[in-house]
Amino acid sequence: MAARRLSSLVSRSLASSLLQSPGRTCGRWSNLSRFSTAAAVQELITPQVQISYTQHLINGKFVDAASGKTFPAYDPRSGEVIAYVAEGDAEDINRAVSAARKAFDEGPWPKMTAYERSRILLRFADLVEKHSNELAALETWNNGKPFEQALMSELPMFVRLFHYYAGWADKIHGLTVPGDGNYHIQVLHEPIGVAGQIIPWNFPLLMFAWKVGPALACGNTIVLKTAEQTPLTALYVAQLLHEAGLPPGVLNVVSGYGPTAGAPLVAHMDVDKLAFTGSTETGKVVLELAARSNLKPVTLELGGKSPFIVFDDADVDKAVELAHFALFFNQGQCCCAGSRTFVHERIYDEFLEKAKARAMRRIVGDPFKKGVEQGPQIDVEQFEKVLRYIRSGKESNATLECGGARIGSKGFFIEPTVFSNVKDDMLIAQDEIFGPVQSILKFKDIDEVIKRANETRYGLAAGVFTKNGDTANRMMRALKVGTVWINCFDVFDAAIPFGGYKMSGIGREKGIYSLNNYLQVKAVVSPLKNPAWI
Amino acid sequence: MASLSNGHSIDIKFTKLFINGQFVDSVSGKTFETIDPRTGDVIASVAEATKEDVDSAVQAARHAFDSGPWPRMSGAERGRILMKWADLIDQHTEEIAALDTMDAGKLFQYCKMEVPSVANMLRYYAGAADKIHGEVLKTAGKFHAYTLLEPIGVVGHIIPWNFPSTLFFNKVSPSLAAGCTMVVKPAEQTPLSALFYAHLAKLAGIPDGVLNVVPGFGKIAGSAVCSHMDIDKISFTGSTQTGREVMQAAAKSNLKQVSLELGGKSPIIIFDDADVDTASQLALIGILFNKGEVCVAGSRVFVQEGIYDEFEKKLVEKAKAWVVGDPFEPNVQQGPQVDKRQFEKILSYIEHGKREGATLLTGGKAIGNKGYYIEPTIFANVKEDMLIAKDEIFGPVMALSKFKTMEEAIERANNTTYGLAAGIVTKNIDIANTVSRSVRAGMIWVNCYFIFEHDIPFGGYKASGFGKDYGMEALHKYLQVKSVVTPIYNSPWH
Repeated sequence: MAARRLSSLVSRSLASSLLQSPGRTCGRWSNLSRFSTAAAVQELITPQVQISYTQHLINGKFVDAASGKTFPAYDPRSGEVIAYVAEGDAEDINRAVSAARKAFDEGPWPKMTAYERSRILLRFADLVEKHSNELAALETWNNGKPFEQALMSELPMFVRLFHYYAGWADKIHGLTVPGDGNYHIQVLHEPIGVAGQIIPWNFPLLMFAWKVGPALACGNTIVLKTAEQTPLTALYVAQLLHEAGLPPGVLNVVSGYGPTAGAPLVAHMDVDKLAFTGSTETGKVVLELAARSNLKPVTLELGGKSPFIVFDDADVDKAVELAHFALFFNQGQCCCAGSRTFVHERIYDEFLEKAKARAMRRIVGDPFKKGVEQGPQIDVEQFEKVLRYIRSGKESNATLECGGARIGSKGFFIEPTVFSNVKDDMLIAQDEIFGPVQSILKFKDIDEVIKRANETRYGLAAGVFTKNGDTANRMMRALKVGTVWINCFDVFDAAIPFGGYKMSGIGREKGIYSLNNYLQVKAVVSPLKNPAWI
Repeated sequence: MASLSNGHSIDIKFTKLFINGQFVDSVSGKTFETIDPRTGDVIASVAEATKEDVDSAVQAARHAFDSGPWPRMSGAERGRILMKWADLIDQHTEEIAALDTMDAGKLFQYCKMEVPSVANMLRYYAGAADKIHGEVLKTAGKFHAYTLLEPIGVVGHIIPWNFPSTLFFNKVSPSLAAGCTMVVKPAEQTPLSALFYAHLAKLAGIPDGVLNVVPGFGKIAGSAVCSHMDIDKISFTGSTQTGREVMQAAAKSNLKQVSLELGGKSPIIIFDDADVDTASQLALIGILFNKGEVCVAGSRVFVQEGIYDEFEKKLVEKAKAWVVGDPFEPNVQQGPQVDKRQFEKILSYIEHGKREGATLLTGGKAIGNKGYYIEPTIFANVKEDMLIAKDEIFGPVMALSKFKTMEEAIERANNTTYGLAAGIVTKNIDIANTVSRSVRAGMIWVNCYFIFEHDIPFGGYKASGFGKDYGMEALHKYLQVKSVVTPIYNSPWH
């Protein structure tokens, strides 16, 4: 049953920029010893935030699940329950869709001027800015990501994204187009209607912004299903959005699991558009359900096995730091993680030595503690999956350079792990691990590395490290991926489109391209009588 | 302190030049008087910029562009600062509106709407600052090529007196969003709100030197801006005659780029199928709004013969009921003309109209003996070779005439040196479409008039100028296109 398969897969993925000066960051943290906070894992810092919202947000009101059921939300530092959240099923989705439908068909949202929509989004961004501390704390508590990362990087990016989309709302232009004969032809860009959006747990707030921002700017209404691992921050910001003046029914948030809440949303006959971020396997199910129901158009941001390619003319120290960041950032839970580190043979030994040393210096611990670089994995399932892949790496005779084990006995902490001598046919070089496991591979020349980098079913992103302009230019066109970062990685500006080639997805989010996901194109043709020109 | 009609008074806070983030006296120490057109009294003495002041303003702008943070910060950061400026403007709506009303004789009720609308325009361009896209190009050879849209540099803006706030911001906002620095010369009649805006710009965090405001006269300060060797672009709004001089000065100095938003003699064409009440109201507003001191004023009204008589009757009734008086009074629809010179010029055109044999249906005289008030004036039987049908009068004077066919209306509408705007009133979609394409003007309003919006580009055909204000188009006035080309080896696609 397709719905059953959704259960463990329905939510995940995607990263966001941070640490654009890794060298500086490294310096700040270098005085902390490796795993120095492991002890703190036993004495967890209490987050400075209350959990105020645990119900569904439907038609502008917080309501219990139709069934009355709840499910637990956990603290991945300890595996303990921090809240019980309304558990959505088909009936809650029906209610949410009908509210969104009404808000779209009859409500003020698509009928108000784009400028008014834009003002509401700007007010919302201001409110989020004011509540940054609580939101970052809640994000870390429920997700396990470093608090400093959430507060200093992700919250400002969230605000930035809403400013960006607010600025688009009043600049969505159709075209007037030339006719072959005497016709006046206009192209209207209309909101598509009710958008169903399913977001993952790795960047709960940023994925909210990527999805909700453009959909609202274009005048759509939304039913959003959050990941069951991370339902809390979306409810908090959705409440702020209403405080900013969003009319009821425009954004409805339903918490719950993939098979029971995600699947009915995807298959709903009254949802006009579906956007999903998560695993490739679930993405296939989503596309299939959309096809079987009402042929709603689908945007998919799926998995990746992104190459990070270091040429022999690169600055090795910088490349090591960035490759480390590209993989380990956010506990390795990024769909665009640089999980295949290809290093030119001439610098391979030096690179490997330094990459290993860097991984061993990585500070893992309570993500609320200052200076901690890596918190726990999201949940027990992911935690065990990552450990299984580490075993697979060892069994396939990759060399385990460091790490490879869990840390402590509580929570889902895993040692930063580096494998060398990784071969293309090993499972750890083919599958998306979604954890702190770096695989280092050796290459000889550019033709070889292009071929190997492209030999994957994924095509999300790639990093290229070189000083040579010709190499950079060739690589940027040869790699079959949606984003190429040259001498940088994980740069996620609001205006940069993001999305995958091949089985990494369909469509692009962020940038002007994201608007296409939420607009219908309507051509309007009428005859012209005696025009002065055509 | 200047007094308002309601007994209140307003403190004029800013009367000096704004250069490099400071309010300073002019080098010469000279000042000029800005006049209240309701009375002809002096409101304030304002520092008068001469060439030396323009030089120091340009130097500040140059430095801010070449070495300052403004073009070097991200569009998003510039946008945040512009947003903050907009919020500050919203907090001072009444005070700024009063300055414009006093300085320009504009309706206070209107100015209280105009000021928030300029804040909105700033927000529009704040949201545009991070959406300036170059392109990656197709090449015939094995090259990789792309364009960069770079800020053009130091911009000179010369602004007229009829919409001191709106026209300040439709120039300043897109050029700031693009990353330029600038020297703004407001009109000598209306320098006050521009200086207030400069003060708020500094509070909002616009770095020193990015925005400089130098009040003064066209022949002295304006001319120094136009012929300055270190200004990269001049953006002028004003009369067609001055526009020619601006362009000549640009040509003779450093060939700086020029954009001009000039005069108009815009037609409103009303067809037989129009609702006469609505159409006569639209035509009336078309010429009387802002005392006719509008470059897009609908100063030639063409009405189809089937409804002409009824139209004329209703139009005259409405014009007679139009209330002229102190623009601070809420029931008043029309204040005084901006100054003595304009006032006299308009009256002389009215005399011309009478002498040339047009029929004066209503108005035609000054009102009272103080200030610069003129009656709403309508001439009928206007022939195309009459001066009142050809020249931009810039006052409450309509030239009304009758037409038979659409083809005739199109031909007569286009029989002008100008091409700024046009109005069409009809229920017929074919007429609307055909006339829209046939009239050689930059803005066509169908069944509406005076609709200016931030996202709608505006600018003239023919002697009405070139270059567009408003919309994303306006950004391109302040951007240079740079193409970057490099060979590419072994590319998998071309």
